[in-house]
Amino acid sequence: MLAFISPWILGFLGFFVYPLLLSLYYSFTEYNLLQPPKFVGLTNYVNLTEDSHYLNAVGNTLYFVVFSVPLGVLTAFIIAFLLNQQLRLRVLLRMIFYIPIVVPISATAILWMWIFNSNWGLLNNLLALIGIQGPSWLGSPTWSKPSLVIMQLWLVGGSVLIFLAALQDVPRALYDAAMVDGANAVRRVWHVTIPMVTPAILFSLLTGLIAAFQTFANAWIMTGGGPIRSTEFYVLYLYENGFRFFRMGYASSMAWILFGAVVVVTVILFRTSARWVYYGGEG
Amino acid sequence: MANIEKLTTGPAAQGRTVQMNGSALGKAVAYLAGLIAAAAFALPFFWMVSTSLKVPGDVFISPPTWIPWPLQWQTYPEAWTFIPFFSYTINTLQIAIPSIIGILFSCTLTAYGFARIRAWGRDVLFFICLSTMMIPWAVTMVPVFVIFKNLGWTGTYLPLIVPNFLGSAFYIFLLRQFFLTIPMELSDAARVDGCSELGIFARIILPPSKPVLATVTLFEFNRVWSDYLAPLIFLTRQEHFTIALGLTYFLDRDRPLWNLAMAGNTMAILPVIIVFVLAQRAFIEGITLTGIKG
Repeated sequence: MLAFISPWILGFLGFFVYPLLLSLYYSFTEYNLLQPPKFVGLTNYVNLTEDSHYLNAVGNTLYFVVFSVPLGVLTAFIIAFLLNQQLRLRVLLRMIFYIPIVVPISATAILWMWIFNSNWGLLNNLLALIGIQGPSWLGSPTWSKPSLVIMQLWLVGGSVLIFLAALQDVPRALYDAAMVDGANAVRRVWHVTIPMVTPAILFSLLTGLIAAFQTFANAWIMTGGGPIRSTEFYVLYLYENGFRFFRMGYASSMAWILFGAVVVVTVILFRTSARWVYYGGEG
Repeated sequence: MANIEKLTTGPAAQGRTVQMNGSALGKAVAYLAGLIAAAAFALPFFWMVSTSLKVPGDVFISPPTWIPWPLQWQTYPEAWTFIPFFSYTINTLQIAIPSIIGILFSCTLTAYGFARIRAWGRDVLFFICLSTMMIPWAVTMVPVFVIFKNLGWTGTYLPLIVPNFLGSAFYIFLLRQFFLTIPMELSDAARVDGCSELGIFARIILPPSKPVLATVTLFEFNRVWSDYLAPLIFLTRQEHFTIALGLTYFLDRDRPLWNLAMAGNTMAILPVIIVFVLAQRAFIEGITLTGIKG
């Protein structure tokens, strides 16, 4: 078996374990690529706690995570629920929801910059139709983060498919039983559908959280982190430190904190999932 | 695999779909809501193509013309030369083709090891392999850059290609799930006949796996075509840029020419949409498979 899995073992050691340990080591050093790393102990970590731009990036990222992930899961569930109702055009509709996530993120970002354009963009043109004068979206520190959250909702196609598969696994007998008991449509959704798709909710939440913590290309292309650092997300600030200022040590300590955060969130989600995720569907 | 079949629209799927709303009214409302949501999702694409077919002067008017007339097809050849579209496409293919070969080589072998050979510690290793999918790439981004820099590989395509020859957890998982569905008896019979593991792999496992190999190929093509962060980090010279990276040059001025940018976008998106429409079942099965059992 080892002979067969050796490509992966090599990749795992060379592009995962070794970089992970190297990054831990760098995080205790000052390293600009030109001179060898210089050990500085916990200095990078201490400096991070006092770096207002870093704390701002943490706040921006938490904002994005808190709004885009639950809204994304909810949107995906609703779309999947609607798609599951009828069959006419379903293949076409499913494709429309999925296509946005197969196109390059840079193309998506450029397209949405034009949609959010304050004078001639699609969104403000639509708002004008109902008599609302739209904000300047990406140009406004108040609206820049909501703009990126809105754009993120366009990218929920993956979760839609996961929910659709889960919805089709709900045994029909459960709905019939609920109807016999006199449950109306809302109660059937709340007491039958939602409990049965909780594994899909957990999966969407988990992948959504991990992706949202790493959000980068959208802000990098669309706003460059602005205006006034309002969309400077965690990985964007990490990228700038590493690849613009060549502060590899500082960037590595940021990377390790991110690593820790993702592990903690994953563990918490799995621990609490025993209480709200129902694994009854699979035999 | 049983879950996947339900996603497709065979007669079995139709029979299973639950009619939640007893009333015809409820059904009509749900249908309408679904259509409105789909229209909302398709609208950005319509806006993109509509803008790409306008004369520059018509781009900046409000309210906009939704369907420009006459259609300005010449925007497309203009966009094609505004950024070096052809060389960016060739560059992207120069990365995509070796990457696909690397992925097919490394991931089929690894998946075979994980799926078909019993050995001590195998399942633990497989669990580790799966959990690496959860770890943000940003965590290893800096040291991986340093490693390639020290090898003198930055500014070449090697950092984007070589790792693919050493496996990728997502594809290993996808292939393993498929290999598990091939009856073990076939392998056992071949072993009794004195066939080597490599022989079993090549003669028994690979031939029926063509559909899943096609899926992996499409996924990897799409990934390379769309990848932004890795080319951004590793490619230093503009003449090496990929399509996804080079597209942003449409923004490289105070006031972007949106009709050109949207034509460029359309051309960059078209190949992946064509691939997706032709092979959407393969795509959707892949995504759903990783979701359900992941």
